[in-house]
Amino acid sequence: MKAQAGGYVRATDVSHALRMLAEADGAGRVLAGGQSLIAAMNMRLSTGDMLVDISRLAELSGVTDDGDCLRIGALTRHVDIGRDPLIRRFAPLLSEAVDHIAHAAIRNRGTIGGALAHADPAAEFPAAILCLDATLHIQGPDGTRSVAAGDFFVDVFTTDLQEGEILIAITLRKCAQGEHQVLEEVARRSGDYALAGLCLIRRSSGHRVALLSVGATPVLATGAMAALDTGTVDEAVAALKTEIDPPSDTQASASYRKHLAGVLLRRAVARIEGGQP
Amino acid sequence: MTLNFGNPNRPNSYIGKTVPRPNAPKLVEGRGRYVDDITLPRMVHVAFVRSPFAHARITGIDTTEAEAARGVLRVFTGADLAAVCTPWVGVLAHLKGLKSPPEHPMAVDRACWVGEPVVAVVATSRAAAEDGAALVDVDYDPLPVVTDMMTALDKDTPVLHPEMGDNLAFRRQHEEGDTDKAFATAHKVVSARFTTARHTGVTLEPRSILVDWNPADGQMTAYHATQAPHMIQTVLAKHLDLPEGRVRVICGDVGGSYGIKVHVYPDEVATAAIAKVMGRPVKFIADRLESFTTDIHARDHQIEAKIAVDETGKILGFDVDDWTAIGAYSVYPRTSAMEGNQVVNLCGGPYDFANYRASTTVVFQNKTPTCQYRAVGHPIAVAITEGLVDMAAAELGIDPVEIRRRNMYADDAYPVTSPAKMRFEGLSHHASMDKLLSLMDYDALRVDQAEARKRGVHRGIGIASFIELTNPSPFMYGIGGARISAQDGCTVRMDPDGSIVALSGVTEQGQGTEAMLSQIVAEGVGVSPSKVRIITGDTQVTPYGGGTWASRGAGIGGEAALRSAMALRDSILDVAAAMLQSDKSKLDIRDGEVVDADTGASRMPLEELGRIVYFRGDTLPKDLPRELVQTRHYITSEYPFAFTNGVQASYLEVDTDTGIVTLLKHWCVEDCGRIINPQLVDEQIRGGIVQGLGGALFEEIHYDAEGQLLNGSMADYLVPMAAEMPDMIIGHVETPTKESTLGAKGAGEAGTAGAPAAVMNAINDALRPLGAQVTHMPFTPERILRALGTIDD
Amino acid sequence: MSDSFRAKVDIALTVNGEPVEARVPAGRHLIDFLRLDLGLTGAHASCEHGVCGACTVRVDGDAVRGCLTLAAQLDGSEVWTVEGLSDTAEIRVLQDAFVARNALQCGFCTPGMLVAAQELLHRRPIPDRAAIREHLSGNYCRCTGYEAIVDAVEDTLRKCADEDMA
Repeated sequence: MKAQAGGYVRATDVSHALRMLAEADGAGRVLAGGQSLIAAMNMRLSTGDMLVDISRLAELSGVTDDGDCLRIGALTRHVDIGRDPLIRRFAPLLSEAVDHIAHAAIRNRGTIGGALAHADPAAEFPAAILCLDATLHIQGPDGTRSVAAGDFFVDVFTTDLQEGEILIAITLRKCAQGEHQVLEEVARRSGDYALAGLCLIRRSSGHRVALLSVGATPVLATGAMAALDTGTVDEAVAALKTEIDPPSDTQASASYRKHLAGVLLRRAVARIEGGQP
Repeated sequence: MTLNFGNPNRPNSYIGKTVPRPNAPKLVEGRGRYVDDITLPRMVHVAFVRSPFAHARITGIDTTEAEAARGVLRVFTGADLAAVCTPWVGVLAHLKGLKSPPEHPMAVDRACWVGEPVVAVVATSRAAAEDGAALVDVDYDPLPVVTDMMTALDKDTPVLHPEMGDNLAFRRQHEEGDTDKAFATAHKVVSARFTTARHTGVTLEPRSILVDWNPADGQMTAYHATQAPHMIQTVLAKHLDLPEGRVRVICGDVGGSYGIKVHVYPDEVATAAIAKVMGRPVKFIADRLESFTTDIHARDHQIEAKIAVDETGKILGFDVDDWTAIGAYSVYPRTSAMEGNQVVNLCGGPYDFANYRASTTVVFQNKTPTCQYRAVGHPIAVAITEGLVDMAAAELGIDPVEIRRRNMYADDAYPVTSPAKMRFEGLSHHASMDKLLSLMDYDALRVDQAEARKRGVHRGIGIASFIELTNPSPFMYGIGGARISAQDGCTVRMDPDGSIVALSGVTEQGQGTEAMLSQIVAEGVGVSPSKVRIITGDTQVTPYGGGTWASRGAGIGGEAALRSAMALRDSILDVAAAMLQSDKSKLDIRDGEVVDADTGASRMPLEELGRIVYFRGDTLPKDLPRELVQTRHYITSEYPFAFTNGVQASYLEVDTDTGIVTLLKHWCVEDCGRIINPQLVDEQIRGGIVQGLGGALFEEIHYDAEGQLLNGSMADYLVPMAAEMPDMIIGHVETPTKESTLGAKGAGEAGTAGAPAAVMNAINDALRPLGAQVTHMPFTPERILRALGTIDD
Repeated sequence: MSDSFRAKVDIALTVNGEPVEARVPAGRHLIDFLRLDLGLTGAHASCEHGVCGACTVRVDGDAVRGCLTLAAQLDGSEVWTVEGLSDTAEIRVLQDAFVARNALQCGFCTPGMLVAAQELLHRRPIPDRAAIREHLSGNYCRCTGYEAIVDAVEDTLRKCADEDMA
């Protein structure tokens, strides 16, 4: 099928983009890497969009060292996240996530901000960002605001981003010495959306577990986290199974996904305890 | 002239050698010419409004808004096209009892599957046509749906086509020997229920047609991605009321077909009808959603089957009850009963046994029609047969290789007629098995498997022997009344510069037809393949033929090419003998020159002979025949089909925590008779294997109970990709058919025939110590964990 | 460059080294722009939702999906397709290897496959077969079963490495 767009404008800066979104009066769509949006347009799931192309806004791209934090521009491409030395050192979960995202040509154009704003519950970045307890920075007509990852993902393909707002950047606390970050997932084929995936962080302050493909949003498994902090892996797996309610679809049933989540948790813990980073 | 294939050093020995494909360089440079690459003056585009319901009465169509949309030129309803195009019925006389209602190019008052075309919107671009299609307002009154095959014949299931009386399209029951007695007295009877999933072909190039009707010439030209141009010519002429001679079908580069593009599709006929009405070129290129909902589906079978064996593992009988559901119509003109029919023909194929009962029950339902797709019926029959043989071997504690050795027809037993009444001219099951075992180092693999098991790693080895039906005679379609040609022709001519042009009725779909033909013609005439140009895919240019299906290109088209090339060689030598005042028997043609047959000394290059014949014919004896063009047609006559055989093996690992299967390696030994181009044959086998692996592990069309297709995208219908596929070792045994000079049988479907069974048997070999077994394809991670009992809710 | 919404967008870019100016509908993707407006029919539209890879072309140095990139976005960009990469002979070794190994059958996926594979040629260390398979996992081929493609890319990688050494 052929896309049917209402109009296109290339933003010259963020304030221009915000002005154009306001002008579009509800039909505005922010076009970043376009790897999900254009696919949806080509399937006519979305027609008449007024596209505000922010993909050339260099100020929204790149990874910077902000002292205790890393700041990742929303337009930083997957491929750049994957090879960025700061990310590799201070947010290895994101580096690892990139290897699982689709295929090389998609990673060459897709952006982290686009992936987060799209909020596909089967995508890796939303779960990873949630696991990292990152902060999302949003600019709108009334200025900028920040939202914790835990409050950002609202429902399937739905976030806290409001009409007329643009996701600008993500900040996250740097990985500490001795901290472990791993991602485990199972997909039918390389690059496919995972049947289920799990991010695990072990810090001196405790564990964080976030899952993908097991709910309407990425899921923070607080029960499993608490069990890992104080108990055994078996207890964590048991807790995990009570706190997720995965969907059934043509690829797998809820029961399979629930089982898989437990397997992934065991594997993630084993990887950390096996001494692998 | 005779060809001594046994001597690799014979002159012009191109048959049997790997030579590059003449059409590959253009394709790697993006210089192919697929239908969508063609733009004609005044060309317009069509998009279809398709039924969103699996079954619904069409109660009203409002096209006003669509007609007013920018770029839209005209809108057609089913009734509009019914006025210019007669309906068709997909039945064959020899498939007794097969029934199907008349089908129109677009639904007239009732839609019977999701995706059936209802309205056509013609516009200046595809995008504009889609915009217009979105504005068409169709009122539907939903009707009860039939979706489940096993209850389709129940009394309380609605009848999809009331005029047909019931939902039974076709049933065939075959009985040989005394099956009841064999099973009653057997040492062991093993039974199982098998399911093969609904597949589709996923050709990378979607279905594509561009039809130009030129009323001034009174000629229709269809540029069509098809496997059977002459068949399409006949169909368009017949249903659009044109003389057959005034329909020309041109088939250039085709982006994959695998059987998908050998059928008559309602939207493609609609495109031709619209072109005839509008008097200008109309292009239809299916988009990917249309591909999933309207390309034919296949392989949707459920089977109850059992095997009876004696104490030694000797097979006493098979009993097979196959069911399949074919969608709303039997597809024209090949029909949708052929797949089930093949299951009956092929079960038990490699084995010498006496008692056979098999039936196939083919029912209608409100889904996309199914029809012939690569290796029609074979993967199903091989899975049933080889699955049961392995289960019997396990019951008896016999090695899977050994039980096969005890039952396969001896290599010197031929000709034989199987319990399914298939006639085998010459097969090589034992030689093929020997070669397979040595290629895979079976004993070493068993050691590796045992060692892995000690580490808690579950690996399995699966073997699958098979037969493949190739080189079909008119017994496949022609006797049933279909104008589908089993014969094929080739015209070979020499031009003044000594170059050779060959026109063939078989078509190129990427499998290497043109390379194979160029080798045959080169050897037959006595020139280098680079001197031969092959022309295929134009009904107004090539001899009449069947095209490419049922692995017939090399065996039928190749033989026609060889005979015409050898006839041309003979004509050339007649002229040469006169010119050189030599005895014809003392002359030969080698590498483009007339030579002395004994010494090989050059007597005259072909371009000199061409110069004389075409420009100085006055210097030749007045009554000397000098036609440097010959045509031969070939049809098989001794056997209805040339069966091939082979055996495959899969080595894989099952992750019993996740259910994921990792393919480690795959082997296939195949006997397709004379091999013309070893590389092309190997690649046909590899590509075929991977399509079979798709069926084993990934491919499955899902519908809900209302007949809605749930996974109509490439992201949701999974086909094999590079990362998950294994390396494949291919070996050959050559048992040429004696029916032809060339001795070639087909090779295009063997890979697909055997791969799913090999994988199934390998998974079950891995799972057997855990007490689990899978028989429901594809073997998804979830199905494997359910078999293991890991998930039970 | 306009600063308000346009249903049709003016772009100036280079395609296969040649300057191109065009006015494109806002929703037209790159592959239709190349095929319909410029007559560059080498790369193909097949799924149009970014899965199959038949439309893969090079934009500003990277292999991208032609169906998931809008022509309107490409003002000032540099686009290379199989036609241009053939003319400059940049991928000649890879193309020759594909022909020699018969790493294509119908050829429909091949232009996209070549652009995707080309990205691997200068990667060091030399990717092994598993890495080649992984890199090509976003490009459908329904004919070959992939092994011949992996072989052809592997052969080319070795040749390129030998040349780098020499």
